[in-house]
Amino acid sequence: MNAQIALMLGQDGVTSGAIYALLAISIILVFSVTRILLVPQGEFVTFSALTMAAMQGGRPVRLGVLVLGLALAALVMDVVADRQRYRAWIWPKTSLALVAVGLVVVGLGLSVPFDRLGMLAQIAFTLATVVPLGPLIYRVFFQPIAAAPSLVLLMVAIAVHVALIGGGLLIFGPEGARTEPFSDAVIELGPAMIASQTLWVIGVSALLTIALGLFFEVSLWGKALRAAAFNRLGAELVGISPEFAGRTSMTLAALIGAVSGIVVAPITTIYYDSGFLISLKGFVGAIIGAMSSFSVAALGALLVGQTESFSTFWASTYKEIIVFTLLLPVLLWRSLRQGSVEDDE
Amino acid sequence: MLALKSVPLSLAVVLTLATSAVAGVKIGVVTSASGPIALVGIPQKNTVPLLPKTAGGETIEYISLDDASDPSATVTVFKKLVLEEKVDAIIGPSGSPNALGIIGFVAENGVAVLAPVGSASAVLPMDDKKKWIFKTTQNDGLVADLLVGQMVKTGVKTVGFIGTSDSYGDTWSKALQEAAKAKGLTVVAQERFTRQDTSLVAQGLKIVSKSPDAVLVGAPGSSSVLPETTLVDVGYKGKIYQTHGAALQDFLKLGGKKVEGTILAGSGMLVLDEIPDTNPAKKIAVDYIAGYEKLYGVKPATFGANVLDAGLLLENAIPAALKVGKPGTREFRAALRDALEATKELTGAQGVYNMTPEDHSGFDRRGLELLTVSGGQFHLLK
Repeated sequence: MNAQIALMLGQDGVTSGAIYALLAISIILVFSVTRILLVPQGEFVTFSALTMAAMQGGRPVRLGVLVLGLALAALVMDVVADRQRYRAWIWPKTSLALVAVGLVVVGLGLSVPFDRLGMLAQIAFTLATVVPLGPLIYRVFFQPIAAAPSLVLLMVAIAVHVALIGGGLLIFGPEGARTEPFSDAVIELGPAMIASQTLWVIGVSALLTIALGLFFEVSLWGKALRAAAFNRLGAELVGISPEFAGRTSMTLAALIGAVSGIVVAPITTIYYDSGFLISLKGFVGAIIGAMSSFSVAALGALLVGQTESFSTFWASTYKEIIVFTLLLPVLLWRSLRQGSVEDDE
Repeated sequence: MLALKSVPLSLAVVLTLATSAVAGVKIGVVTSASGPIALVGIPQKNTVPLLPKTAGGETIEYISLDDASDPSATVTVFKKLVLEEKVDAIIGPSGSPNALGIIGFVAENGVAVLAPVGSASAVLPMDDKKKWIFKTTQNDGLVADLLVGQMVKTGVKTVGFIGTSDSYGDTWSKALQEAAKAKGLTVVAQERFTRQDTSLVAQGLKIVSKSPDAVLVGAPGSSSVLPETTLVDVGYKGKIYQTHGAALQDFLKLGGKKVEGTILAGSGMLVLDEIPDTNPAKKIAVDYIAGYEKLYGVKPATFGANVLDAGLLLENAIPAALKVGKPGTREFRAALRDALEATKELTGAQGVYNMTPEDHSGFDRRGLELLTVSGGQFHLLK
């Protein structure tokens, strides 16, 4: 190993780590607000990457069908729930809006030739298709059992993940896909060559992290989410509805996942089932952050990226083992430092 | 057996060509049309409607099932086909691990299996159980010899290997080492990856640091693309070789300009325009591709042709077996196996089959071509 190789490995590790960091942040966000361990987080990444690829390959975008289907289910559930609760007809505004979004993305996805429209339109449409999946998944699968023990929530999350993978195979097919890079340029920095797409990944991740930080510190919605994460009951007493908090955190998670998918799709081949391993590494980062600290989790995720990159160089056969072994010292250190923790179940 | 009948099978049962209740020959087809190796299984499943419909005056009924790429589900599906449906032979499964898991069961029940799998370990070394298995793909050793032969011819002394960390990569790592040893090449780097890996930069750098004259990528389907594009990205300048696992249109589509100049071995099906008309396999392949395109609007991957060839082998063997017994009996099944083993000079879409008791793959060099990529297309290597 010489300096050049180390530099390139480091660069590779930072690129992966940036994505893992984004996923770690959204996993912590959803977990702290709703207690759901968001196993399907990786699916947002793969769905958006594959949607981009479908558009660039001139194929119709069929993911909208899933959005519309879930939106219709959410609408029915809202109407039924309101009847039971208030014995009256209440306009289910959110789910009606989502049904409208579903209709639009199905219509546009099947008719508009996005391959001729340029990348900005493709990105916009991908976000419009993938992001609504976040609140919809929350409404349909998690909201009815929001008060269940976290183990039940975890099992439902795994079930949703498995179902989404099956849906992904149906919608996108078994083939891997990659998309065109935002720009082809290669920057030579001393001995290292840096592909500009790598800079995009790092730049977008950094921007998104800063934007999230501002959102939580400054905006009212962000503060409400923080309150809900800090003390669910207290937040409810001051008027922050748990449904709102859950929906918003899942929307953010879907947005983060979709953006990650769009930026990584040009540098790797994404399959319908690639999401799990990607989000699993995000989990490792999230656990290093003790499922609560965004900044520690982001640093942890960068560490995961570096470990992965360098361990692959030394022993490619064992790289996953080495990466997941990182958990052991972290868990040990955490439990030694904290002593016994009271179980909230 | 009664207990088995009551086992609720959650697998989707697709009855294709359920022509009538007439007792013809029953053939089971098991493919991995969903799950991780669906890209192999889907063209195979889609080929079923194109298989021969009669042989020796008997109708052939195909019962097509999906094993979801899961070796234990494969066993369940095989049990259902053999014990409940009483099939006379089975085409499938799609994956090598899946095939290795059912050898004991089919040998016990005396059902011949035509497996369109890559790994030669399904039929080699031949023994009392494996004699029930036939394989409709080229053995890896044959392909490895051809590729290594080309390396030696172009003056390659050292070679690096990057393959998937599954049985496909294992088999190829072994096949390369054996062929390289025989021809005096040195394997200087051995790297592994999994299909879902998002970055192979580390493996690429490791290989480049050993500076081999050529690199062989041992990966099936679209997972063969990322190692090659990564090697190009990290500045590898030597020749890159691919196995027949990369011989797919998707390889060109995903790889784009970065896979130009790749050398691979594959069936002539990919370069039909350049194959002389005298090649007997050409007509069958042309007809197959046309029929498949008419049904599905896309060209089939070569995996589909492996199933077609299995159908042709059966069509050829059924008349001889009918002389011995009636379909649905143990005698018929045993005679069918013997007839398959006696196949001589049968032309399929992939080449010409000559089975012997020792060789249940039956291919020779005729089915195999050295290909290269130029101008975004496969071409014969000149």
